[in-house]
Order: sequence, then C-alpha cells, then structure tokens
Amino acid sequence: MHDANPAGESLSTGPADAPDTIRVLVAKLGLDGHDRGAKVVARILRDAGMEVVYTGLYKTPKDVVQAAIQEDVDVIGVSLLSGSHVPLFRELGRCLREEGAGHILVVAGGVIPEQDYPALLEGGVDAIVPQEARSDLIVTTITDLVTARGRI
Amino acid sequence: MTVVTHSASPRRAAYVPSADLVKDVLAGRAIAIARMISRAEEGYPEAAAALAELYRLGGKAHVIGITGVPGAGKSTLVSALIKAYAAGGHKVGVIAVDPSSPYSGGAILGDRVRMSETAAAGGAFVRSMATRGHLGGLTRATLQAVDVLDAAGYDPVIIETVGVGQDEVEVVTAAHTVVVLSAPGLGDDIQAIKAGILEIADIHAVSKCDKPEAAATVSALRGMLALGGERPGSRRAPPVLPVSAVSGERIGELKDAIGAHWAHLNESGERAERQRAMGRTRILGTARHLFQQKFQEAPETLERQIRAVAERRMDPAVAARALLGWEETP
Repeated sequence: MHDANPAGESLSTGPADAPDTIRVLVAKLGLDGHDRGAKVVARILRDAGMEVVYTGLYKTPKDVVQAAIQEDVDVIGVSLLSGSHVPLFRELGRCLREEGAGHILVVAGGVIPEQDYPALLEGGVDAIVPQEARSDLIVTTITDLVTARGRI
Repeated sequence: MTVVTHSASPRRAAYVPSADLVKDVLAGRAIAIARMISRAEEGYPEAAAALAELYRLGGKAHVIGITGVPGAGKSTLVSALIKAYAAGGHKVGVIAVDPSSPYSGGAILGDRVRMSETAAAGGAFVRSMATRGHLGGLTRATLQAVDVLDAAGYDPVIIETVGVGQDEVEVVTAAHTVVVLSAPGLGDDIQAIKAGILEIADIHAVSKCDKPEAAATVSALRGMLALGGERPGSRRAPPVLPVSAVSGERIGELKDAIGAHWAHLNESGERAERQRAMGRTRILGTARHLFQQKFQEAPETLERQIRAVAERRMDPAVAARALLGWEETP
C-alpha cells in the first residue's frame, strides 16, 4: 500500500511497513432480508483485522454511498440474494460516480449467476466473489483490490 | 478453488495532500471531511499541519458526550437526538465508537445500523471509529475527528462512547456536556452510589422509560444525587430524565436539558474551565502516545528491557525510567 505514498516515507504511526487499516462497509441493498451471510462475512473480515461498518437491511444505493463516504471506507461489500443485483449494482455505481467517490471499490457477493458477471463489472463492480468462496478468498480479494488501488 | 472475477483494469486513485483537503473540509465536503478523519486516525505526519489549522479554526461546536453500558440504548438515543436537532435546523456531527478486537485488531462497527435512517434525512455526518487498543471509552483520534467536524460547521458534535463498564470516564474531558445513559433493570441502589461512571454526568438519562422498571432506576439515581451529586468542578446538580428513544418520548426534554447545560457553562464561565481540562488531557494524552511511538521505533531496546524484567533482573519502574533515558541502563 505504500507505493502511493507521495513523500516516500512512512505515513503510519506503527512500524514502517504497517499498512493502513482496511475499512469495509458491508451492506444489504433493496428488498432482501437475508443477512446471515453478510454477518458471517463481516465477522471474517473483522478476524482478518479489518474494520467493518455494518449498515443493516433494506438500504438504497444512495444511503449506502452516503454512509460509505462518511465512513471513508476502502470497499463496499454488498451481499445480494434477491435476484435484483443487476439494476441495484448499476445504481450503486452511478451514485458513486455522481458523488465523486470513484475511489471506493465495490465487491459483490451472494447468489449471482455467472451470466450476469459482465453486466455487473460494466456497472462498476470491481470483483465478484461466488457464494462457494472460502473465507481466505474473500479476504485476499479485498486486500488485493485495495493494494492495487493504492493509498488515497 | 473458486475464481473471483475482477474487472479488467484495477481502479487507481490519487493521493490528495492534506493541505489541499482543508478548504474542502471548511466548505463541508463529506469526502474531504471523512478522509481527514481517517488521516488523523492513522496518524499521518503529513496531515499534522492541516489538522492544526482545522483545530485553530474550530472551537464553536457544543460537544456532547453520550456514555453508558452496552445495550443501554446509546445509538438509538443518538439517532433520536439527531432527529430532534435536525428539526431545529442544526447540522449534527456524530462520532460513534465501538471496540476493536484485542486479537485481530479488526472491528465490527454497528452503531450506524440504528442511525442511518435519521442520518440520511437530517444532513448529519456520522462516523464510526474503532478503539484500536485505546482504553477509556474513546479512541486516540476521537478528539481530532471532533475538531474536523467542528471546523466543517457541524454543531452540536455528539460523541457516543463504547459501551462502558464502571470506570471508562475519558469522555468527561472530551465533551462539554456529558449525558450518562442508564438502562432500567441492571442493578440496585448500591450500583447508584458506586464511584466512577455515574459521577461524571452533567445529565442523567434513563433509557427505555416505557418499561415499568425505569421508575426504580430513576428513583435510585435521584436518591444518589440527594446525597450530593454534582460533579466536582461543576456548580449544577444533574437532572435525571427518563426517555424513550424508540417512541421519541421526552427526547425534546433531554435536548432542552442539554441546551440548558450549555447555556449554564457559557454564563457561569465553566466552559473555559472545561476547555482548559480538555486541553490538558489532550496534551498529556498526545505526549503519552508520542512516547509509546518512540519506544516502538526501537523495538530491540524495549525487548531487552522486557527480558530483564521478565527474568527479574530489573524492576519495571527502573526499566521504564531507563526507556525514558532518565536512568542508566544496567
């Protein structure tokens, strides 16, 4: 994460190689009351040393973007099992662009059929984690994306 | 192993120097405010000058601390207060603190679950922070985050502490007005005369007043206060207010009591005394942090002392003095 450091010095309070704490907003969008998976993912990320903001159920893309901006998260992780992922992620991507928050990465999870992957990626999703993914895959996906983006 | 599908071009973003963020913070731009708070939290030396400038420009906001045991209803109360203040045309800033894991360092920050509806409606700025190993109910950077919100024009700024036990009273030197929230049914009147958290209140609120046990909690607190309950250095006995954040019952009264306390601080000159106490705590707290940081920069010296203390060749007090350079290292 230090490659984006303009001064070329350690910006962190900890040891020189300590990266910033990764902050993730875990959200449920729209009419989808199944939050067991979202809570499990929140717990996995917590145990990997990340700070996870959980926003609860039935959020609109606009709510989620506003919360993500105020919380200055690196990643929004959205779990969707309702089948309405394509329009909801498209709207989420649109809201992020509209608010000038293109630096916030989006990771999709839940039940998402493979034929919808291209539409999601085109709509601003940075990575899709399939439902059978193991916990370490979720963690490395997020860590890799944040590292590639660099410090902001 | 399953495959993660990534988009073709990984997203990049540029680092914006903190000095450039200042004017956006002052203009109330959420992205700049949020990022400045993160930089304070991470302790970027690069952000120090910008934070100093924001500190000098702040000092207008009424800082309100809300503290109480886990599950007392702090987040729900803050949500109700946001709504009450927003109705009066105030832009409310909130710093909500939740604990970090002592093992992984990670955290689940869940205060927002109860606030997002009102936050979105009222134009409030709600930021969750994890304690990151800091004890006392707040985080190391809580007050810097308050400075940022203050400079950005948020007033009042509400600090919601972690769910506290009996002794995490740091909020007393972080806020102008401290509201201690007690939940009904958690203890008898002996709990109410114990030292610690209950002594720091400028205002006592009893949550869930729709429950029948709330009346007993209110009378236990009033009984305690009848023995002399104003906090040292304060010339005003704290009121005890039953509230129900869910129904919104008597939230207006609490807001009025908070306002009356602020007026009292300003009229009596107590505000200046509190600000001195806040300044003192902040300087000493920062100095302590700087020392710790310095020690961590030379881990082998610290490691040597730890070994010597563990093997009883040196006592911890001498080791600490040696670390500070006040004693010859044996």
